[in-house]
Amino acid sequence: MSFTAQLLRGLRVTLLLWLLTVVVVTLPMLALARLVAPDAASGSLLRTGDQVVGARLIGQSFRSNRYLHGRPAGAPNLAASNPELAKRVADAASLWQIAGVAQSAPDLLLDSASGVDPHISLAAARQQLPRLARERQMSVAELEGLLRQAQEGPQGLQAIEPVVNVLRFNLALNALRAP
Amino acid sequence: MLPWLLAVVTLAAVVLTAPSLGRHLFEVFDDRPQPAWDRWLNPMETGLLRWIGDAGRSAENTRSYLQPLLISNALFGLLALTLLLFQPAWFNPLGFGGLRWDLALHTSISFLTNTDQQHLIPEQTLGNLAQLGAIQFLMFVSAATGLAVGFAVIRGFSGRPIGNFYRDLLRSLTRVLIPASLLLALFLLVSGVPMTLAPPLEITTLEGAKQWLPRGPIALFEAIKQLGENGGGFISANSAHPYENPTLLTNLVSTWAMLIIPAATLDAFGRFVGNRRQSNLLLALVFGLLVIGVGVAMAAEQAGNPLLSNWISGGNLQGKELRFGSALTGLWTVVSTGTMTGAVNGSIDAAMPLTILTALFNLFLQVVFGGQGTGMAYLLVFALLAVFLTGLMVGRTPEFLGRKVEKPQVVWASLVLLIHPLFVLIPAALTLAGGATLAGISNPGSHGISQVVYEYASAAANNGSGLEGLSDGTAWWNLTTSLSLLGGRYLPIAALLALADGFRQKPVLEPSPGTLRTDTGLFTGVTVVVLVILGALTFFPVLALGPIAEALTLAS
Repeated sequence: MSFTAQLLRGLRVTLLLWLLTVVVVTLPMLALARLVAPDAASGSLLRTGDQVVGARLIGQSFRSNRYLHGRPAGAPNLAASNPELAKRVADAASLWQIAGVAQSAPDLLLDSASGVDPHISLAAARQQLPRLARERQMSVAELEGLLRQAQEGPQGLQAIEPVVNVLRFNLALNALRAP
Repeated sequence: MLPWLLAVVTLAAVVLTAPSLGRHLFEVFDDRPQPAWDRWLNPMETGLLRWIGDAGRSAENTRSYLQPLLISNALFGLLALTLLLFQPAWFNPLGFGGLRWDLALHTSISFLTNTDQQHLIPEQTLGNLAQLGAIQFLMFVSAATGLAVGFAVIRGFSGRPIGNFYRDLLRSLTRVLIPASLLLALFLLVSGVPMTLAPPLEITTLEGAKQWLPRGPIALFEAIKQLGENGGGFISANSAHPYENPTLLTNLVSTWAMLIIPAATLDAFGRFVGNRRQSNLLLALVFGLLVIGVGVAMAAEQAGNPLLSNWISGGNLQGKELRFGSALTGLWTVVSTGTMTGAVNGSIDAAMPLTILTALFNLFLQVVFGGQGTGMAYLLVFALLAVFLTGLMVGRTPEFLGRKVEKPQVVWASLVLLIHPLFVLIPAALTLAGGATLAGISNPGSHGISQVVYEYASAAANNGSGLEGLSDGTAWWNLTTSLSLLGGRYLPIAALLALADGFRQKPVLEPSPGTLRTDTGLFTGVTVVVLVILGALTFFPVLALGPIAEALTLAS
């Protein structure tokens, strides 16, 4: 067979498979998504009133003392042997010590992979409750209640250990006491 | 304890489900009667082949299978390259422009070769038209090309005519990859993965900062990314990002999805040669290597980083997501590098040296399931060489699957094995010789050597993962890895097809008392030795300079 004929065949295959794998399979999936899981399909958005304030799955950065803090982000690719890593961890640990946490949970010292890890460990959350109680004039017991509401974990096959969804917790906090 | 239990459950699920899919693959690629659910595709397939202008007859020789493969792949790549170079405004809500030429070239070659190495941040450079029309398109067709080659080689080894490339390509898509991807996409969708053409959303966080939510048509993209052993993320953070991999359950199912098609391909091989004992032993071999690697990586990640013991006890959570934890990220890394998926659910750069060692070992060997279709073919090459070596040792004529192994087979097999070190070690040596600035190393010491070697090993093995601290978005990296990507894909494919086609034409020998049986535990053991000696020893010096040296530093 001549090269031109081969090329023509190749062009037809390319056109056919492009339509198949881009248009024909994607459109029904988009339609199905609207039908069976419209909330997840559009990004699991969280709203306060009409305002989109975030997404249930996506962590936000919190620096204010009036909010529960999430995991650090920014240098996920530091190698285990890199002296920079130990320095970063030491710096973070001493900042937490200044904030009154003697031995902070590992997940508050080590960077998440995505930069938007929505979770912290229960231990990491509990360490921050005294600060939040002071700042928001609430009791630790009240805050523990909120913690339970924002908890996700192995039972729901959401996470390998019991964790707290930081954004959900902070939204619940705002709902109780204006920020 | 829980991570280990879940790892066992996930791997057991692969073993339990592989035979049913293996049977389906056998029926599809050996033209057996189809089950009712996909029999209705037959007339459509005939019609489409006729429109293409191909009668669907088997190729007479290697060349007539390889030619359409190369021509169509070149056209697939050109189409994607054009879309990336001139990103049009349609379905491009944030109005991203075209990519720099070397980046566009690298990206299209990387996805065309089923590698999915990414030197760009997709959510900041690619609109939906590029994500779907270039990337998702290539993820489907490159996986289908791999499957087609895998089954053409299996046909050759089992004495059948080698097949018709366009027919295999079409059937891989319509009967395997598309139905499986739709099912997985549906599961991912209900688990929280977005599937929308609505533009990424800029929101104001509770503290008043701006944040982009990189939503898009992710669920289906993610499904073919995992099932097709592609691995390129819709989002740069890949499967670490909650929009790609939102829960523990999606993480485990996505781990299973990387393994299921290659495991089923091995099972189908046994059905093709009519000897499932043979395929089960090979499956046990590959699975054994996988399980050892998984054990090493999970234990290393769980033990954590001794340099941080002043502040931290417990597992290595640096560059990891809390919902997966340290150990299951180790599992994912080994599965993803073994299967040549290359997806990551945490930073491999920040992993423990023993995890990186395991990942590199997988990239060097290329058979711990290996690439879609091609991994199976590599395994047959190693088995063939094991037959040859044992034949030499005991002074018998080497035979494999009822046919004599002779000079041409050994030449082709050696060639297949030599391509890999050539495309890994030479460019890595050049880059390291060029100095740290050229190399773009971000971590000091022996880890920096690992970063460079890993990038080329990942490219040549068509894996796509990386030690991502590396500054690899430069023209040097884009162009040199492009060579490794192409060399690591098409040269072995050509050699494998030639090997299989030659093997098929040999006369079948009746087994005699003098025949060395290959479906025994002993022979499988010899194959392991051959694998380690031929596949890994070539690379031992770089392993010693990289991860082994780093592990020793940490331990001291």
